Amino acid sequence: MATSTLSNQATYDEDVLIQELGYDDHFHEHHHGDKFQSNFITTYIFSQDHKMIAKQFLITGMFWAIIGSLMSLVFRLQLGFPEESLLWLKPFLGKWIVVSNGIGSLSQEFYYALVTMHGTILVFFVLTAGLSGTFSNLLIPLQVGARDMASPMLNMFSYWFFFLAGVVMFLSLFLSTGPFSGGWTAYPPLSILPQASSGSGAGMTLWALSLVLFVVSVLLGGINYITTVLNLRTKGMTMWRLPLTIWAFFVTAIIGLLSFPVLVSAFLLVIFDRSFGTSFFLSEIFIGGQALENVGGSPVLYQHLFWFLGHPEVYIIILPAMGLVSEVLAVQSRKPIFGYKAMVFSILAIAFLSFIVWAHHMFMSGVNPFISNFFVIFTLIIAVPSAVKVFNWISTLYKGNIRFNGASLFAIGFVSMFISGGLTGIFLGNSAIDIQLHDTYFVVAHFHIVMGVAAFFGMFAGIYHWFPKMYSRFMNETMAKIHFWGTMIGAYAIFWPMHYTGMAGVPRRYYAFDTFETFRHFAELNQFITVAAIITFFFQVLFVVNFFYSIWYGKKMTTKNPWGATTLEWTTPIHAGHGNWEGNIPAVQRWPYDYGKHGREFISQVEPMAEGERDGGH
Amino acid sequence: MNAPATRVEYNRRNKIPAAKFALWVACASITMMFAALTSSYIVRRAAGNWLEFPLPKVFLISTIDIVLSSVALHLAYRAFKNGREQAYKILLSVALILGFAFLLLQYQGWMALQNMGVMMTTNPSGSFVYVISGVHAAHILGGIAAILVAVLHAFVLPFRVTEQRKLRFELTLTYWHFVDFLWVYLFFFFITQS
Repeated sequence: MATSTLSNQATYDEDVLIQELGYDDHFHEHHHGDKFQSNFITTYIFSQDHKMIAKQFLITGMFWAIIGSLMSLVFRLQLGFPEESLLWLKPFLGKWIVVSNGIGSLSQEFYYALVTMHGTILVFFVLTAGLSGTFSNLLIPLQVGARDMASPMLNMFSYWFFFLAGVVMFLSLFLSTGPFSGGWTAYPPLSILPQASSGSGAGMTLWALSLVLFVVSVLLGGINYITTVLNLRTKGMTMWRLPLTIWAFFVTAIIGLLSFPVLVSAFLLVIFDRSFGTSFFLSEIFIGGQALENVGGSPVLYQHLFWFLGHPEVYIIILPAMGLVSEVLAVQSRKPIFGYKAMVFSILAIAFLSFIVWAHHMFMSGVNPFISNFFVIFTLIIAVPSAVKVFNWISTLYKGNIRFNGASLFAIGFVSMFISGGLTGIFLGNSAIDIQLHDTYFVVAHFHIVMGVAAFFGMFAGIYHWFPKMYSRFMNETMAKIHFWGTMIGAYAIFWPMHYTGMAGVPRRYYAFDTFETFRHFAELNQFITVAAIITFFFQVLFVVNFFYSIWYGKKMTTKNPWGATTLEWTTPIHAGHGNWEGNIPAVQRWPYDYGKHGREFISQVEPMAEGERDGGH
Repeated sequence: MNAPATRVEYNRRNKIPAAKFALWVACASITMMFAALTSSYIVRRAAGNWLEFPLPKVFLISTIDIVLSSVALHLAYRAFKNGREQAYKILLSVALILGFAFLLLQYQGWMALQNMGVMMTTNPSGSFVYVISGVHAAHILGGIAAILVAVLHAFVLPFRVTEQRKLRFELTLTYWHFVDFLWVYLFFFFITQS
């Protein structure tokens, strides 16, 4: 706040305001002991407190992020250094390192298993559960002014179903036939015929079970998020006074609730095809000269069902990151968010469009090219609300008193990644250009930058920003800055070159390229990517160290509102117990982005409006 | 009874209780699942190689049965609200029995399909009917479980009309009407498609 030219001559004490104007819900009167946090198990394990559940989601997500990225390092080693011996990995991977003449190489089946697991884990466990699960849980009750979620019990189940899904997936890694290896999209017939590949048997069974458990978790969470936002907002908290984080989580939950059931239907039909001999997705397949009994199924039907979830899923991943970034940028640049309503409407527009563009994943699957035109147009229209958001983020930063810390750097980095990755989306959205680019590294580069790295950046911004709210301590700023620059440069170093290999037609999901004359000249580029990936991974280790070190030894929080933010979560006590506020629930008097108004640095949402003052955002 | 009372109290500012709203959201989610299944049916049917067969008559009876069950449960709810204990207990039991009867009738329907030679694996047209009605039956089971709890409450707890119990009844009722309506939709979907 040293950089700020404004001072915050608060005329009110927030605590007094909450007591005088707040809403008395008789929460504490009825409290005969806290049934939510009475002993170790109910506090830390089967907790029903949304703040604890958020931490559980976050730490489980971090566990999976480490597993998932280590997997990518192993297959990157294979791609970058196909000739080198991987014998040193044998103690970890066992029989999946095939030894011949003293040279160990990665088994081809396991390469596919690693790619599949990397995708599944990162998309579902890390960027869906770890991101939306963490921050929806942490921020929805705190920012709308609620004691907890609408149903703390379902919320607890939501985490434990996610945990179970993780356990099942983790066990599948140790199967003798290996985990599922047919790609994270689980297209039939690889996902249906157990004889299709080594991972299609027990591996696929566990994969499907794990994902069904995961969907249950998402649905339980989503029902809670939507209900809490609509039903438990505090007095004065109209929809147009919600912080953009809440808008993003709310819309994300709606998308999830409408799209995940469709995935369940697809899996259900897959399971019937696998186990009960139906032929929804199987047709006239010959294996070893023998025709299967299945007749008349349509594998493209599966793709329709899958991508009806699959495309909204990328917005389930990116929207929470967008919400976090909007909030972090406003707070850390000490300016109201530019175009609040435009931000909300663009979130809604993106959510709506996300449901009618799924076939752009299937341009080359034999979909009618005339139907493709329809999907091209709607896909390209998504650029409009996305561009509105980017414009607004940049305008928010413009002439702001930006504090360059871990949170704001990652938020700015997010905008950079979203622009770079979004632009390549315009190429891929054209069905004609997609003929060349589909299933190449261009696609890999595109989606990793726009939803992988960008979503991670949003998550990091959120973690650095709300870490004090979670653990009452700060994360180390120096380490945060090193982490940021390492990740920023590293992520571009990994994914930028992939655009070139992709344009040259290098296909994704190939085990090795050294046998192809056409692609041999990319060998050094592939080595560069692998080295960059390894270095970037170590910057993430730095983050994990910083995270856990700061939980116990970080700089202590001394004031309730260290960033000088306007939203309700910073009016709770430093060590907020169950129920979040000690006395009344605060009543909201104004929108959440009053920064630099009336010569004041910020005005909390609980402060009443002055005579004749107009509420922002309208 | 203090802890649940707290819960209701701090939701009271809203017209619709949180639990009820959450149930509506869940119903929307279930609807999407069946929308996906029935649209797969349409897409797959358009692709040809599709065995046409008439839907067994038993399904009409089961449709009437489930509608009657819904009506019975609704009347039971009205009786409960008006404090007519006897009518409430009887109608509730009737709704439960009709619910079980529905499952039995669906089973009869599947048997009738088999007798016609439409097995689970014969053709996707038949597989869809088995899977969709099967998944629906699973949702009916959830509803029956809820009604079973309601019946237990009716006969074990002393009769009292409280906000808490009214809400609980309304939740059961809403879900039961929903799965009932869902079947009516599926039934008409099947007969208009075949």
